[in-house]
Amino acid sequence: MNKTLIERIFGPKAWAALAVFAAITLILVPILNLAVPESSVFHMPTYWVTLIAKIMCYAIVALAMDLVWGYTGILSLGHGIFFALGGYAMGMYLMRAIGHDGNYQSDLPDFMVFLNWKTLPWYWEGTQHFLWALLLVILVPGLLALIFGFFAFRSRIKGVYFSIITQALTFATMLLFFRNETGFGGNNGFTDFKRILGYHITSPITRVVLFVLTAAFLIGFLLLARYIVTSKLGRVLAAIRDAETRVMFSGYNPLPYKLFIWVMSAVICAIAGALFVPQVGIINPSEMSPANSIEIAIWVAVGGRGSLIGPLIGAGLINGVKSWFTMAFPEYWLFFLGLIFVLVTLYLPRGVLGEARALLQKRGERP
Amino acid sequence: MQRRSFIKATAMTIALATAGFATMTASAADTIKVGVLHSLSGTMAISETVLKDTVLMAIDEINAKGGLLGKKLEPVVVDPASNWPLFAEKARQLISNDKVAVTFGCWTSVSRKSVLPVFEELNSLLFYPVQYEGEELSKNVFYTGAAPNQQAIPAVEYLMSKDGGSAKRFVLLGTDYVYPRTTNKILRSFLHSKGVTDDDIMEEYTPFGHSDYQTIIAKIKKFSSEGKKTAVVSTINGDSNVPYYKELGNQGLKATDVPVVAFSVGEEELRGVDAKPLVGHLAAWNYFMSIKNPTNDAFIKKWSAYAKAHNIPGHKDKPLTNDPMEATYIGVNMWAQAVTKAKSTDTDKVIAAMAGQTFKAPGGFTSTMDAKNHHLHKPVFIGEIKADGQFKVVWKTPGPIKAQPWSPYIPEDKGKKDEPEKK
Amino acid sequence: MTSSRTSSRSRLASQIIHSALFLLILCAAPLALAKPSPALILKLAAGDNDAKVEALNAIAGSADPEALPLLQALGNDALKVVDGKQVLIVDGDKVTDAVTGATLPALPENAEDVVTNNRVTLALQDAFAALDLTSPDRKTRFEAVKKLQDAPDEAIVPLLDKAQKIEKDPQILDMLRMTQAAAQLHNKDKAVRMAAIETLGTSDDAAMKQLLAGLLDKDGDKFKEPDESVRLAAQNGINAISSRLRRGEWLGSIFTGISLGSILLLAALGLAITYGLMGVINMAHGELIMIGAYATYVTQNVIHAHFPGLIEFYPLFALPVAFLTSGLIGVLMERLVIKHLYGRPLETLLATWGISLILIQTVRTFFGAQNVLVENPQWLSGGIQVMSNLILPWNRLAIILFAALVVIGMTLILTKTRLGLFVRAVTQNRQMASCVGVATPRIDTVAFGLGAGIAGLAGCALSQVTNVGPDLGQGYIVDSFMVVVLGGVGQLSGTIYAALGLGILNKFLEGWAGAVLAKIAVLVFIIVFIQKRPQGLFAIKGRFVDA
Repeated sequence: MNKTLIERIFGPKAWAALAVFAAITLILVPILNLAVPESSVFHMPTYWVTLIAKIMCYAIVALAMDLVWGYTGILSLGHGIFFALGGYAMGMYLMRAIGHDGNYQSDLPDFMVFLNWKTLPWYWEGTQHFLWALLLVILVPGLLALIFGFFAFRSRIKGVYFSIITQALTFATMLLFFRNETGFGGNNGFTDFKRILGYHITSPITRVVLFVLTAAFLIGFLLLARYIVTSKLGRVLAAIRDAETRVMFSGYNPLPYKLFIWVMSAVICAIAGALFVPQVGIINPSEMSPANSIEIAIWVAVGGRGSLIGPLIGAGLINGVKSWFTMAFPEYWLFFLGLIFVLVTLYLPRGVLGEARALLQKRGERP
Repeated sequence: MQRRSFIKATAMTIALATAGFATMTASAADTIKVGVLHSLSGTMAISETVLKDTVLMAIDEINAKGGLLGKKLEPVVVDPASNWPLFAEKARQLISNDKVAVTFGCWTSVSRKSVLPVFEELNSLLFYPVQYEGEELSKNVFYTGAAPNQQAIPAVEYLMSKDGGSAKRFVLLGTDYVYPRTTNKILRSFLHSKGVTDDDIMEEYTPFGHSDYQTIIAKIKKFSSEGKKTAVVSTINGDSNVPYYKELGNQGLKATDVPVVAFSVGEEELRGVDAKPLVGHLAAWNYFMSIKNPTNDAFIKKWSAYAKAHNIPGHKDKPLTNDPMEATYIGVNMWAQAVTKAKSTDTDKVIAAMAGQTFKAPGGFTSTMDAKNHHLHKPVFIGEIKADGQFKVVWKTPGPIKAQPWSPYIPEDKGKKDEPEKK
Repeated sequence: MTSSRTSSRSRLASQIIHSALFLLILCAAPLALAKPSPALILKLAAGDNDAKVEALNAIAGSADPEALPLLQALGNDALKVVDGKQVLIVDGDKVTDAVTGATLPALPENAEDVVTNNRVTLALQDAFAALDLTSPDRKTRFEAVKKLQDAPDEAIVPLLDKAQKIEKDPQILDMLRMTQAAAQLHNKDKAVRMAAIETLGTSDDAAMKQLLAGLLDKDGDKFKEPDESVRLAAQNGINAISSRLRRGEWLGSIFTGISLGSILLLAALGLAITYGLMGVINMAHGELIMIGAYATYVTQNVIHAHFPGLIEFYPLFALPVAFLTSGLIGVLMERLVIKHLYGRPLETLLATWGISLILIQTVRTFFGAQNVLVENPQWLSGGIQVMSNLILPWNRLAIILFAALVVIGMTLILTKTRLGLFVRAVTQNRQMASCVGVATPRIDTVAFGLGAGIAGLAGCALSQVTNVGPDLGQGYIVDSFMVVVLGGVGQLSGTIYAALGLGILNKFLEGWAGAVLAKIAVLVFIIVFIQKRPQGLFAIKGRFVDA
């Protein structure tokens, strides 16, 4: 146990791989997109930049999901809510940043003008400040997770009961946000953003900066998650996952541990949402639909839960495949996707990564 | 092992990305590509799938006549899966990867709002074929569906007329999203201008996919029993209409007592309902399948043949046409005419050539693209539901009406220019 | 009590024929019959709606038997006009000129439909309602009085008098009295007015309340009703009716709540077996419901094509078909996929989610993305009128009954049969059951098939109230899980209480706060409730620490 922190988190080869990934996303992609002329074969089209950025946002969500599900055994079927709330907090800033460039040239966002609102509702106060919006990105989902988690864990709601109430939570919030009176643009949500911190939101530079930020956050969260799961805290979490009652009998109160990782996961999700919105250009309540949250669980399951890289691969794989299938087989892609889910569970019960690992291990054991 | 798999994973990601590059750079044939951006799965597939087929039919037809500018049209169909962020992604893919000259697509307002920034950023063209709430005017979009003044207002005027039953009280019933909200806002203001007070207007919204209309119908019954002749204006969205109408029929609310006029119920929606109890309820559209004229006969015949030839489920046995299909058909043909006129598929040239294009529409009138505001001049028809699920036209405008995307009944719209802002 | 089935176009036509026959009997002898003038016919066919209504009244008023086919044709949309000159009646292949009576070989190309809108239809109905009062058919009389109630007029009082003398049916008699009272509300004689108000005060019809309220209206400064005691009586009458109406509304809320509850129950019952008893998180449950609905659709079409005589009873045939289809697919799912996943409940979530995608897309490919038409047979259309503001639709009553039957059937299977015994044994302790010789894999398959089959039955029932499309199941999966979990996993009775409770709660809240907020409130309620009862309504009592 005398490893240094760096040794503890990853071995040398993994560090190298991470460095390669960082070099690609943080340096190579920006250069290929911005500096290489469009006519060149080596030019990275903006389409790919936005698509990969989107998938990286999803990967962050998968990572957050894995922390609670894979490492602590809490299956949330409502993680979409944290993602969406983070997105909405960022969206509020972006809406305010439109200024007078909207349809009605008003101080208020267009949809409010439309509902005959004369003043901003109180919860919109201060959202014109980027920093306050950033604070909201963390505070709102964090607090919601804290309160919800506190009561749920205190009541010792477990397993599927917990899954279902998280689903109820995201479903109820979705319906709430669908209402126009709630003040978040109803079904349309927020769109038509113009600028962020004064920069034009669709300009290539802004886009690449956001891309690099997303990649940096992904790498950062991966290291953080790795730090947590390899720490003592991580062991307690794993113990809670495997036998919560025994943990209690050993004198631990699982509540603060569960609460910590739960809130942490929610905040990571929220940050992913905040990164997602300016790049995709829309946030609306359907992000909170139960189906979306189930999908998050599926990314993790496909990749292999209980490892941190697995969910990243799962998110990338499923979303990549989806983007490709909806273009290549628009009429039949659901068959393929469905089939993949079935086959993965039947033949790769440990997820793509888990199976790959098992395979490698077998090979390694051979003399 | 963790490390190794991580290396593998990274390698895989890179391989995937390169594969993507490869497929992207591979295609460059001598065709004009046309994007089709309609949901083929998810909640909106129910309405949008048939529009994809309509676009394909119109493209086939143009290709059979030799294509455009000496090139064949090549449709690029993608499935945005009723997922709004995916709409934006797919739009970008169509425009920048597939290099389509034009895109036909979207149904819901939110999907249109989601792709709009992409079309504006990349300066490409979108044809939007569905009636909508107005309050939008983009240089890159042509709206071939109805604006509120081409559907909602004439319908309510009809209800207030002697023929429509001289309704004095109105229930504005809708699904809670932007189109019903906006339409009802416009209608409320319009009703005020006609002397109807707020006491005589009831506004009710239901969530998406609502399927239990017992309470709502009971409320309508109560409201209608409390005073003068009542009519219902329904902006209930697609799928919820079936349970709504079933309940309406079973609760014995007849069209002669409380007529319901709907803006989202057409031939396709009635396919799933037993129309017998609904005889006499109304719908307002710019096209009905039952309209008798040679252009429409030809259109229906073409669609029936196409549906049979391509084995389109549902339509091969019982072909139906509806308003958004007609709007799609007009859109494709007008775009083709504009390309011919501009001798180019360049976005700006086509936009210029679109102004004032005319097309003899199946609706029986010659639809004209407004010189400035990117909307069609369209006639308005009001139809009563017949027992076979078709509509009997009981009223129509004398000629096409110019669209008002900025409604005069919304105070904030005052002084809005009737053409897209130059950017 | 009586049924008020919604009238269809064909019934309207038969009514017209009917009343016209009476017209003949009543007036044929004394009146000198004159064929409607060509001008009048043309006005009826080619005029605008004002002219049509005018012509209609003129023709109906003249009680001319020759006009019968003409009016019939108008009601049936069988009247055509050529060039605004020639009026034709189409009857199947037969085309007759309405003016000359000559038969034409074929319908001219340029013949246009004579369009009747609601207003003309209404005028047609009104023209005959008065005469229907003496019809021998109870339903016709009932409809006629209802029609007259809409617009009471003092002119019809003698007619109502006459009708009351010969009417035997108490309900219609009551309605006639009401109509008469309504018509006499503005009689010059105060005593008549008071009597009328008293009669109306016993009504439970909101329309009568409205009529009474009319007496309290002011015309400028003066009340429309000059006499204060009359006004007071009217106010009392209004209050009496209001309280009766409130009762109706309240009963209505309970009924709609039970109805929604029964639908939730049906949707959740299958899941209560597959998930509650077997622990399979079956995300394809909604799709099994959807397949049951499509099975109903197919059955309907097959019966329509091959046994048209039985079409009225197709739901009865559809039930076993739906059960077997969904059940079979359930068995296949179990054998091919789920069997390999027992003990790994979360993996079943992933696999069944995949299966649900495949099932949706399969249905979409074969039946199309649009809704398909599942008709309510006559005996499931319309409803029974319990109070003036309370109609209980037959299809909803049938579903409540059906849900009860399914619950009883399932309870019997689980408690009285050997299979049920095995299922319960496997649920309680799989290893132990296996040890004492229960073939657990076979029980799993059968139980899963049973759950799937019940989902199919739910689909068959749902097809009668909602739309049948590929996405049907998606709308019920979340609700079903909520119900099962709220009730307590592994507890059938919990599922029943949870479904009915949520249904009634939802409907009461909806009446009070609107549909959207009601749904939110119900979800929040579930979240809070689970805090209090972390194992659902009825937790299984046991001594195990980690379930």
